[in-house]
Amino acid sequence: MSTPALPLELDALIGWSDQLTEEEREVRATTRRWVDGHAQPHIVDDFEAGTFRRSHVKELAQLGLLGAPLPAEYGCAAVSNVAYGLACLELERCDSGLRSFVSVQTSLAMYAIWRFGSEEQRRRWLPKMATGDVVGCFGLTEPDHGSNPAGMAARCRRDGDGWVLGGTKMWITNAQIADVAVFWARESGGDGRILGFVVERGTAGFSAADIPHKLSMRASHTGSLHCDEVRVPEAARLPGAAGLVAPLACLENARYGVAFGVLGAGMDCFERARTYSRDRRQFGVPLAAKQLVQAKLADMAADLVEGSLLALHAGRLKDKGQLSSVQVSVLKRQNCRKALRIAREARGLLGANGIVVDYGVVRHMVNLESTYTYEGTDEVHTLAIGRALTGENAF
Amino acid sequence: MKILVSAKRVSDPNARLHVAADGRWVEGDVEYILNPFCENAIEGALQLAEAHEGTETVVVGIGDEDTARFLRQGALARGIDRALLVNADEAAIDSDLIARIYAAVVAKEEPDIVLLGKQAVDCDSNQVAQLLAEYLGWPQATFASKIEVVGSEVRVTREVDGGLEVLGLTLPCVISADLRLNEPRYASLTGIMKAKKKPLDELELDDLGLGAATPKVRVVAMSTPPGRVAGVMVKDVDELILKLRTEARAI
Ligand SMILES: Cc1cc2nc3c(=O)[nH]c(=O)nc-3n(C[C@H](O)[C@H](O)[C@H](O)COP(=O)(O)OP(=O)(O)OC[C@H]3O[C@@H](n4cnc5c(N)ncnc54)[C@H](O)[C@@H]3O)c2cc1C
Repeated sequence: MSTPALPLELDALIGWSDQLTEEEREVRATTRRWVDGHAQPHIVDDFEAGTFRRSHVKELAQLGLLGAPLPAEYGCAAVSNVAYGLACLELERCDSGLRSFVSVQTSLAMYAIWRFGSEEQRRRWLPKMATGDVVGCFGLTEPDHGSNPAGMAARCRRDGDGWVLGGTKMWITNAQIADVAVFWARESGGDGRILGFVVERGTAGFSAADIPHKLSMRASHTGSLHCDEVRVPEAARLPGAAGLVAPLACLENARYGVAFGVLGAGMDCFERARTYSRDRRQFGVPLAAKQLVQAKLADMAADLVEGSLLALHAGRLKDKGQLSSVQVSVLKRQNCRKALRIAREARGLLGANGIVVDYGVVRHMVNLESTYTYEGTDEVHTLAIGRALTGENAF
Repeated sequence: MKILVSAKRVSDPNARLHVAADGRWVEGDVEYILNPFCENAIEGALQLAEAHEGTETVVVGIGDEDTARFLRQGALARGIDRALLVNADEAAIDSDLIARIYAAVVAKEEPDIVLLGKQAVDCDSNQVAQLLAEYLGWPQATFASKIEVVGSEVRVTREVDGGLEVLGLTLPCVISADLRLNEPRYASLTGIMKAKKKPLDELELDDLGLGAATPKVRVVAMSTPPGRVAGVMVKDVDELILKLRTEARAI
């Protein structure tokens, strides 16, 4: 076989560009341009400093990335789910933390208000969240209840014409910078349902704290939320949310973006590993001339092709309103697994340089450990698939 | 006010091009981008429109359906109001014919300002704005790094050797945009979604009275630069100087 003059583009191997609409390709391109110009140059500094750059909020909003798939009447871009997924991919090509910011704002906080909020709540919050004037977070996980949110300890109780909230949420993305939190709590008395509330920063008894010393998602804020006898009016309750199905529907929505996003991190790792192995010479030849190295690159690329096609397929189903919960589990589990495996392989291929943050792959690798865990751990999705296949609940 | 801007697609400067079999054009799996100077012109028009309420912005491109994509995504998605596509074979027109096409469009549209990229980065001819001003008999300012409308006058700052020159032009006028005019904005997702719904009208050369027009300049040949030849090692400075003098004739 003769050596091709130019290495094959991953996109050409995936062969999906003709499957995308002009808008979808352009959404991807404009996101990528912004990422290359404004996010990539700072990401190593931000990751090392353990911070999310506040100026990104307005820039992402101006691009129309906040709430992108939600309806235009609330100030959102109303792009297809495929376009939104591709934007997530391009954001995460830079860093999973950057994509996490957009995911939480869009697919958890804004989505919860759009899907379960009253018309008044939608009009009050969504336009401001789309412009980045209001940052949101989503508090479901607790210190003692992660994979099993049904066991949550947070409580809400009726008090006159309002509610009183109590409890602690843990591992909450954007907690420290959020202006509003979607806070989930179980009703004391009544039907004992899980209810959702939009709690504003500054409400008496409500506080957020940083979770320090993270080695993953350093360019994203992760914190805790604490409600100590927090009084909110009935107007703060999401009227459409009754029961655990509500927060789970939000997670299902967000998982789709995660699964599309992690492909970006995987692609960046693959490209860095490919470039490195073509440049780096050992034993008199480029590493890329070695069969073991090619086998790794081939596995990575094949995983990315599979993951991309699965994500595109899921996006088309989602656009038709046909994507099922268990299909999302397959998608999230497979793509997060693949991306993490690719990052680990890439880390190895870069040798000692692979452990240096400037080379990118180790940063992706540790970030992808979080994507493996959040939005339902790998095991939780495995159990969800198993339950759907067998009818037996093994949780 | 009404501003007409240009949008030309150019082959990606990073792409590897091959000279076509007839030796007169390039081919290959060419990726196209919007000419960067046209991006400056588009941004310039948008900024003027933002500063002067009631301004209409119109983008004009010459080419086929692929050029239309750049009109939509490079101009309409960024905020230009409407687009005109003149259907023509890009390979068969020269700078002069482009200027004549623009002049004919100007006669129809009657803009106050025509803002073009100073040149297209594929052929680097840098002639259209100048030719167009001549055909129209309008004042022109090339290589604009700043544009302001002050009363009935347009002030254009140009970067000239060793400093800046500020010109005052009467309207209507032709301006060509330089890189430092502005930093083009990113198309927003909202803009991308709106682009398809904005008007994009197509014109034939016949509609412009140019059905029989022919270019005055024809490409005789194209060739790629010769490949780099291997370097030679010299043993000392004396030999280097000798070779520079006798072989390279550089000193
Ligand atoms: C960076 C980051 C950001 C996050 N952002 C948010 C956010 O914005 N909002 C939010 O609400 N949460 C957020 N989370 C929390 C995340 O959703 C939880 O960490 C996740 O649900 C897992 O819960 P846990 O950490 O308590 O682990 P656990 O549930 O304690 O699980 C520990 C291990 O046990 C396994 N396990 C659990 N149950 C079973 C079982 N039945 N059978 C077999 N194995 C099992 C798990 O798979 C895992 O491997 C975030 C987490 C991270 C790391």
